[in-house]
Amino acid sequence: MAESESESPALEVHDLTVAYHKKPVLWGVDFEIPAGNLVGIVGPNGAGKSTLIKAAMGLLPLSSGWVEMFGEPLEENRHRVGYVPQREDIDWDFPVSVMDVVLMGRYGKLGLFKWPKKEDRRVAEESLAKVKMLPFANRQISNLSGGQQQRVFLARALAQESDMYFMDEPFAGVDAATESAIIDLLRDLKSKGKTVFVVHHDLSTVKEYFDWLILLNTRLVAHGPTEEVFNPDMLGKTYGGQLTVMTEVAEALARDDGLDATRRH
Amino acid sequence: MIPEFDWGVFLSEPWNSYQIETTMKIVGMGFLVSAACGWIGVFLIVRRMALIGDAISHSVLPGIVLAAMLFHTLSGPWIIIGAGLAGFLTTVFIEWIQKHSRIKSDAAIGIVFTSLFALGIVMVSQMKGSVHLDADCVLFGNLAEVATRNGDFILPPNMIQAAIVLGLTILLSLMFYKELLVSSFDPILARSIGIRAGLVHYGKMAWLSVIVVTAFEAVGSVIVIAMLIIPGATALLLSDKLRVALVLSLVHALLSSVIGYHLALWLNSNIPAAMVVAGLLLFGLAWVFSPSQGIIPVWMARRDFSERIALSRSGRK
Repeated sequence: MAESESESPALEVHDLTVAYHKKPVLWGVDFEIPAGNLVGIVGPNGAGKSTLIKAAMGLLPLSSGWVEMFGEPLEENRHRVGYVPQREDIDWDFPVSVMDVVLMGRYGKLGLFKWPKKEDRRVAEESLAKVKMLPFANRQISNLSGGQQQRVFLARALAQESDMYFMDEPFAGVDAATESAIIDLLRDLKSKGKTVFVVHHDLSTVKEYFDWLILLNTRLVAHGPTEEVFNPDMLGKTYGGQLTVMTEVAEALARDDGLDATRRH
Repeated sequence: MIPEFDWGVFLSEPWNSYQIETTMKIVGMGFLVSAACGWIGVFLIVRRMALIGDAISHSVLPGIVLAAMLFHTLSGPWIIIGAGLAGFLTTVFIEWIQKHSRIKSDAAIGIVFTSLFALGIVMVSQMKGSVHLDADCVLFGNLAEVATRNGDFILPPNMIQAAIVLGLTILLSLMFYKELLVSSFDPILARSIGIRAGLVHYGKMAWLSVIVVTAFEAVGSVIVIAMLIIPGATALLLSDKLRVALVLSLVHALLSSVIGYHLALWLNSNIPAAMVVAGLLLFGLAWVFSPSQGIIPVWMARRDFSERIALSRSGRK
């Protein structure tokens, strides 16, 4: 891992506790993530993954702890943060076109009472072109496949031109073509020095996709470079020995070892 | 028995030189009220908050009655402030109950608006003096009287107020279009870029109360619900673009006011109710004939598609 001691971490979370109705969803979470990483957030259902990214964006009342971005309080870095929602959180019948959605990515840069300008449209079109959705710019969003819908939201995130991204399960329920388009995009963002946090469910692809991991189960189980923390011991702790998941984990690890082996040859 | 329909009496007579002024005022007042309701209604429907419109139309009553008791009038700034406050409190109460108990939002809305309305009705019975307000008026309004009332200007005072409110409704929604759009569509994105989604919500509810109270004396607290929902629902059947739907809601408001007035003359009925019935007819037409979602066009498209498949199969044999 590249040491970046001179720079402050992209995201620093200290003693973060979040509770809903007095029941803690996140408990005493502590970590520092260096900039320029693709970070997978992994853990069982109800582990607080979505809560973690919402808290990191400053959208939830914290029971304790604090969050810093690029060594500064959150408030000063709002404009540097991009967001991709979970697909189920969106009302797909909402009367907006693909272009309308992507332009929303520009709203953070526009002031009060300002309408998107030519420049904003240009950025939106470029972003759509990057995910191969430009031909669909005038479609209403319900007339798209699941994979296309996900790409629209990625285009919106690109249009935000942020330094740090939070994506809530972008790989859930998408076709293989979209999955590989997304991962290309993530790598492109990384190559530009952006930090991307991705809530992720598919353990079989973790090792291939992410160079840093946050293993979460209400408490922070582990975080660090993928090769250091993605092992049966840590995953066992994260998933608390849920039997079906554990077989999945074992298979995933076996497959990854296999993959690594074939790659070495 | 339904009276016989006479084209001369019910269609052309209201527009002759003796009656055109009255007709214009009544239809105009109906349009202004229905258009302002319909416009904000579009924003309620897309956020799936139609029920909140229902709630606020009732719960502004105690605010109206209180202001009427104190200031002896049913229009003007005090009524607007009273109603705005009542509407704002409704929203706060609903969210407060949701947050601090296990009661879900539909039940919370049910509790708050019915009890505030009941409180208003109890207060109405205590009212004595110069202002006329009774349960009948609360429920159905009095459009014809309100629209033809004399004031200091050429137009009746309620009509001027309704025109200003409609103008401001459109102006405000254009000024805050971005904020309204993104906080309705994706509140998390809205908050992550520093838009106060909560503030937008409360502002919208307070303005909804202003619209409702402006409509109140003319159409009452039940008819106003229909005017909040039906224009927007019709418009959203016809277009999947928010901006187009907003304009269509104005068209709906205009058509339903004109048709409804003639309907009311023919059937000798309450005018706002007839306007809503006309609006419902338009909704029905949109539902059946909407090019993109209508029952008949969708059915025809499906039939054409099946035929084409059948043709291509028989062609292959």
